[in-house]
Amino acid sequence: MTWTLLLEQFLNGFQLGVVLFLMAAGLTLVFGIMDMVNLAHGSLYMIGALLCATFTDWTGSFILGVLLALPAVLAVGIAVEVVALRTLYRRDHLDQVLATFGLILFFNELCRIIWGPEGMAIPLPGWLDGSIEILPGMPYPTYRLLVIAVGLAVAAALYWLVVRTRTGMLIRAGASNRTMVGALGVNIGLLFTLIFGLGAALAGLAGMMAAPIVQANIGMGESILIPAFVVIVVGGIGSIRGAFIAALLVGLIDTMGRSFLDLLLGTVMSVTAAETAAPALSAMAIYILMAVVLFFRPQGLFPPQGRR
Amino acid sequence: MTFGKLATGLAAALALAALPAQAASVKIGFVTTLTTPAGVIGKDMQDAFNLALEDIGGRMGGLDVEVIYEDDGFKPEIGKQKTDKLVQKDNVDFVAGYIWSNVLLASQKSVLDAGKFLISANAGPSQLAGKQCHENFFATSWQNDQTPMAMGEVLNQRGVKSLYVIAPNYAAGKNMVAGVERSFRGEIVGKDLTKWPGQLDFSAELAKARASKADGVFIFYPGKAGGAFMKQYQQAGLNGQIPLYSVFTVDSLSLPLFQEGKLEGVMGSFMTQFWAPDLDVPQNRKFVEGFRKKYGRYPSFYAAQSYDAMFLIKSAVDAVNGDLTDADGMRAAMEKADFPSVRGPFKFGNNHFPIQNFYLREVVADADGNWTTATRGVVYRDHQDPYAKDCKM
Repeated sequence: MTWTLLLEQFLNGFQLGVVLFLMAAGLTLVFGIMDMVNLAHGSLYMIGALLCATFTDWTGSFILGVLLALPAVLAVGIAVEVVALRTLYRRDHLDQVLATFGLILFFNELCRIIWGPEGMAIPLPGWLDGSIEILPGMPYPTYRLLVIAVGLAVAAALYWLVVRTRTGMLIRAGASNRTMVGALGVNIGLLFTLIFGLGAALAGLAGMMAAPIVQANIGMGESILIPAFVVIVVGGIGSIRGAFIAALLVGLIDTMGRSFLDLLLGTVMSVTAAETAAPALSAMAIYILMAVVLFFRPQGLFPPQGRR
Repeated sequence: MTFGKLATGLAAALALAALPAQAASVKIGFVTTLTTPAGVIGKDMQDAFNLALEDIGGRMGGLDVEVIYEDDGFKPEIGKQKTDKLVQKDNVDFVAGYIWSNVLLASQKSVLDAGKFLISANAGPSQLAGKQCHENFFATSWQNDQTPMAMGEVLNQRGVKSLYVIAPNYAAGKNMVAGVERSFRGEIVGKDLTKWPGQLDFSAELAKARASKADGVFIFYPGKAGGAFMKQYQQAGLNGQIPLYSVFTVDSLSLPLFQEGKLEGVMGSFMTQFWAPDLDVPQNRKFVEGFRKKYGRYPSFYAAQSYDAMFLIKSAVDAVNGDLTDADGMRAAMEKADFPSVRGPFKFGNNHFPIQNFYLREVVADADGNWTTATRGVVYRDHQDPYAKDCKM
């Protein structure tokens, strides 16, 4: 093991964390403010990726593809909220889980009809498709650096929105005590439509960022949805800051587990046993983290003010 | 009610009850993955099976053929449920298909315990080739270890001294790793088994592979994961650094996507396989031409194996002249492997897995510019899998 490998794995974990944050930000706002469990959040991730693939195909440019897909997925999110989710806010969590699970099936089938089962690959422009040497002897994929940059920029913009603006004040107030916010005469319905649209756009952006790496697939949202839920539970439901820190934590733990657990286990058991145990254990690592956090801090690491 | 009416009523009831017993058709259940991103594999198998049905005129042994397709959703438990349904409710005579070794392992008991025939058109887990071999189980594909064993041989010939191995953590992934380890004479400097299915981002594994400074990287990633892996390999700048050797990753299903995604690094890469679209065998020419004409694309090896499965079943039903109660007769006919195969002559080993050639193939562009593979040599001739000796049959 060398320092460059450690640094590279750190960057890999950071990049995974950033994508998880984009996913978790919208999820935690919706869950935290309107107390709505939205399993179909992953569908918006998938739709973002597929729309971006289509627009990239039409325009021949990945950047244009992203710029066109963002408002499109925002529109899809708002449409979903208005048509389907609005009626579910007053129902209990189980109804919401059931209905949004139905939405997952619906969107998977719809996307299969539109895009076919094989999904789409997104070609990147040449200057993004290779790697650059960030340290001597350590090349790193250029595209993953872009993902990190985009993620951090979005995190900064969200921080500004939530901490410095009036909308942000209402979001924070809603996460702490939504009944009071409603009683103060704020149009909660409109606020929530906007928040949901924002969350959808973020999920879609996460999908667009992931698609050139893993390709745009039917059902791709499901595999990232569960880690995203782990992130918001660890971070504290409704907290953007918590989601950011927890996403990086989960991304790093997952990547470091995959990278070094077999070496670590190899020091205490036979190499063959370590080779079999390490993948299983590293797949569990983030859930172990969640269990530990829930044990010591049931509200998560950084719960919103009013909910401590 | 008069006696006459009662008698006609009874006769009618009896006739109705007797209907299902008179097998008017051969019923084949086909389990594959039709949803999830892996559905593209299942569709290729289904297309080939339908083409084969068309090519035999929809009949075998004087009976009509009815095929029931079921989707395993990429999950062993669903595959087993669907298999149970085919065996118990539909009462099929043959169950064929199965892409995934873990799905086949979960489902095989339901079919074999019911005394039906099971024909794997892809999965070749070591268990069913060795200790758990069964008289009613046949494979028209290969045993999982064989193709990577052939690749290990190629690596030896090319002077590869150290190898980094990356494969998914499930039955077939483990077999593939065992296969290449069996024949590769150099050193395996690192090994990663990744979560399956679900993990599509290989950043951590690729960083480790680079740090290992191995002479080659060996992978097995069927379906979508293969495309994601190749893309990331290129993005990480590993293409020029460490040659990539794969089995069941680059095929007719993934190549159009690679071409669309401009993955030039795939061109000229090598893989081993028991079959190739350009194999010069009459049945293969008929299959590949028919498939391209009907569906407008190259068939994959999954399709080739499914096409063979239909002809294997036909040879059995023809041999007993449609008497589906004669299981011994059908089994004996299948053991002879006396059917036109897309891979030319092959025979079954004692464990009902094929004894066949394995070829080296290279990714090339065809006359129309479509990416495909071309045969570059024979690695193994008439190769039998290493588990056959454990099969007491």
